[in-house]
Amino acid sequence: MAENSTRPAVPPLFAVGDRVRIRNAHPPGHVRTPYYCRGHIGVVERLCGAFPNPEELAYNRSGLPALPLYRVRFLSRELWPDYSGRPNDVVEVETFQHWLESAE
Amino acid sequence: MNKPVDRADTLGYYRRMQAAVEELLILRGVMTQGELDRQVTDMDARTYKRGAQVVARAWVDPAYKARLLADPRTATAELGIDIGPTHLIVVEDTPKVHNVIVCTLCSCYPRMLLGVPPHWYKSREYRSRVVREPRAVLAEFGTALPADVDIRVHDSTADMRYMVLPLRPAGTEHVGEAALAELVTRDSLIGVGLPNAS
Repeated sequence: MAENSTRPAVPPLFAVGDRVRIRNAHPPGHVRTPYYCRGHIGVVERLCGAFPNPEELAYNRSGLPALPLYRVRFLSRELWPDYSGRPNDVVEVETFQHWLESAE
Repeated sequence: MNKPVDRADTLGYYRRMQAAVEELLILRGVMTQGELDRQVTDMDARTYKRGAQVVARAWVDPAYKARLLADPRTATAELGIDIGPTHLIVVEDTPKVHNVIVCTLCSCYPRMLLGVPPHWYKSREYRSRVVREPRAVLAEFGTALPADVDIRVHDSTADMRYMVLPLRPAGTEHVGEAALAELVTRDSLIGVGLPNAS
């Protein structure tokens, strides 16, 4: 995004359509990755641009360099094995790059 | 509903903290009382009617709809709506896909377009259940989807904010833009409801 282009940013590692796994990590402090998707595999739906890391901003630090932010799409039935809805129901979650690893 | 959080004017922990922060902002010269009051007034003036106006235009003007989906900031500005620093994503319902918005981590909400969120949007009940059993939650709002419609839940976990572009109600082909905007409900912009029939 143009407005983000003037501050230092980490280049994106993933592209739309890539299969990615959310790290199954449990660091202390402020994080913005829901528990329900940790360890699960999804597909990159879009790149949202680069934004300061909220895990740093929460402690009054700069959060720079900005990190690529992705929207990752998960099948609901893969998040919850007993999910009772339709097979193609999905949940889409915004996740920063340092929470992602390739699942190709 | 009569939850403890709905009872106003008890000077609980958060009310006292809010009052303390407000006093500090003014005493330290971060902002004046007038600026603070103006922000509160502006926030109260923003309602979901802004979102409804955007949706009605998208329903009557396919080119506008395309611009809205591609670049919500510019498209809302066309209607004189300034969404400020909000990074908005508009998600379009189709006959096969229904979209629902939640913030499971806290209460992120597109206030610049929809105003102040309803209490239930911030409740643990809504936040934890709508990702897990969306049809059951929609049913509690009185919303039933056709059996062949998939649900796409958008968890607003970071910097983006979301608004649903609901399906235009059947039989409104001859309804004008202003009247269409009246059919758009707040809940239909979050995805727990549908627009009213004409």
